[in-house]
Amino acid sequence: MTALRDAFLSALVALGLFAPLVGLVTTSGEHGLYLELRPIATAVVVGLVFLGRLIVLSRRSRGRAASLAAKPALAERISKAGKYVTPLLLIAAVALPFTGSRYYIDLGTLVLTYIMLGWGLNIVVGLAGLLDLGYVAFYAVGAYSFALLATNFGLGFWTCLPLAGIFAAFAGVMLGFPVLRLRGDYLAIVTLAFGEIIRVVLINWVSLTNGPNGITGIPRPTLFGLALSMDGGPGTIAGFFNVEPAVIQRIIFLYYVILGLALLTNWVSLRLRRMPLGRAWEALREDEVACRSLGINVRNTKLTAFGIGAIFGGFAGAFFATRQAFISPESFTFIESATVLAIVVLGGLGSQLGVALAAIVMVGGLETLRDFLSFLGDQMNSPLFSGIASELPLYRMLIFGLALVVMMVLRPRGLVSGRTPSVALHKVKDIAPDLVAQGRG
Amino acid sequence: MSALLSLTGVTAFYGAIQALRGIDLTVEKGEIVTLIGANGAGKSTLMMTICGSPRARDGQIVHEGQDITAWPTHLIMRRRIAQAPEGRRIFNRMTVHENLLMGAEVAGRTDTTDGLDQVFTLFPRLKERIGQRGGTLSGGEQQMLAIGRALMSRPTLLLLDEPSLGLAPLVVRQIFGAIRDLNRTTGLTVLLVEQNAYQALRLAHRGYVLVNGSITMAGTGAELLARPEIRAAYLEGGHT
Repeated sequence: MTALRDAFLSALVALGLFAPLVGLVTTSGEHGLYLELRPIATAVVVGLVFLGRLIVLSRRSRGRAASLAAKPALAERISKAGKYVTPLLLIAAVALPFTGSRYYIDLGTLVLTYIMLGWGLNIVVGLAGLLDLGYVAFYAVGAYSFALLATNFGLGFWTCLPLAGIFAAFAGVMLGFPVLRLRGDYLAIVTLAFGEIIRVVLINWVSLTNGPNGITGIPRPTLFGLALSMDGGPGTIAGFFNVEPAVIQRIIFLYYVILGLALLTNWVSLRLRRMPLGRAWEALREDEVACRSLGINVRNTKLTAFGIGAIFGGFAGAFFATRQAFISPESFTFIESATVLAIVVLGGLGSQLGVALAAIVMVGGLETLRDFLSFLGDQMNSPLFSGIASELPLYRMLIFGLALVVMMVLRPRGLVSGRTPSVALHKVKDIAPDLVAQGRG
Repeated sequence: MSALLSLTGVTAFYGAIQALRGIDLTVEKGEIVTLIGANGAGKSTLMMTICGSPRARDGQIVHEGQDITAWPTHLIMRRRIAQAPEGRRIFNRMTVHENLLMGAEVAGRTDTTDGLDQVFTLFPRLKERIGQRGGTLSGGEQQMLAIGRALMSRPTLLLLDEPSLGLAPLVVRQIFGAIRDLNRTTGLTVLLVEQNAYQALRLAHRGYVLVNGSITMAGTGAELLARPEIRAAYLEGGHT
């Protein structure tokens, strides 16, 4: 009975919410705009909410005890599955270009860019615990360093890549100095401001950056000196391998470049985590005072975290510039920082696999959702849904936001929340206390 | 013989508030010295000032003949001085093993087997829990871990800030026993800040009483224990 009342109330709320959102639609007629009512569509949505709430309530009353008991088992299963997920993802990533579909490879490149950014930011936020809302600044510094060096001095991608990393690291240390004494919210605000400063400088320093018009004609990367071009001459990849030049070759090549860069980021952060520096970062995240009392130079440790995190942001930025062949300050807005941070938080702070999964869900999932919704809209050609079907893809952000909220409710510490110890014990065995007391064991 | 650590006329401030008013204190090599006093007397501040955070405004702190008053904290902590800070402050998400390694790595000790052996002999319980996360240990085990972590740098001077905080009497006795053993077998010098005045004075060779940021009394542990004003101020309500 209470369940019915609760569901009825939910439906009422839904009615209030969706009556204007779904129930009213403006159409342009001969004398201007007309308001059209869609009672049936509204009723369908409200009915869905009512049923959904009933189902949730009945499940909850039935299975609370059972689900609690099942929880540790689930966590264990996830951590076990993690062992297989990583190689599977890697194989899938390497094999993706063999699908030959330009759409999938482009999407894969985008996802990999975000995975790389996520892994880079993970060093700062996940390991060192420094909340950085302006990560896009380093992405921008990397992109502009490469673009300016390439267009002004004719340097190639591979020469500029380390330089872009160095410039970004420099920017990271520059940001690091003033924020050394800040923590938590205050740090977040300053980093947010830093991201905006970089963007505003890029817009206004017209003589150097060409302002809002951006930089065009950024060269593509080469493969051991072989250029990617459509003429198929002797100095090009197509010419060297004696195949017909095609656009897809460039797409695939860029895909493997970003895959390599992302794997490099992963490898470096995994190695760093096992080194004293990485452990110092993690200790810093846990307790700054304890770190000081152990003789850790907190200043240098924070600066290296900012610097190394920024390097990978810079690399990703340089790749972004070479892939687009055009950059402008518009690509480096706060929403990029927010997306990358969301990927890191959603994945589980400090978890490499979590970041990869979260990037796939957030970037790839959104694209898939758009496709799915347009497909669904095409299928709904009954007059009942007139007006809804065509705009269904517009609801993707709403659905996506809802999915993120649900995800954080179900797994509040991120998709992969466990922390793997950085020193593995070769033999884990229980040692009897008396043996230890005797100095054996 | 010059003292291992000596403070002369040390003052420290938190903003405009003076927390230490001209402290004179010496710690000789091989001693256990305790610092007792009420809440807010400045005991923990004195510990932190020795480590350079907050820095002493006046006066001089000399360690092994070197004036370290103006040194940055991390360099002071690399002079074989180790601190187990108040409230344990272990790294919750890291394992016991990692916590211990953190103690050694910064001091530049790459060979950690000796240190680990010493800690595990002292606190066998930690060996059983080596792969467990610090945050899942009990309060007593966390305190053992904090002391163990401090010992990993093989210090010559150990600063212990309220190791008995929030622990059962039995565990306190265990930890104090471990401190005494360490002092006897390795000659480790210990500066101990305590609320638990009775236990601390029994353990220590010498003690100082801190009131409102100044030292009001000093003497051997037994002397201080016998003083009626000490008994009245710090030992009322029986001993544990």
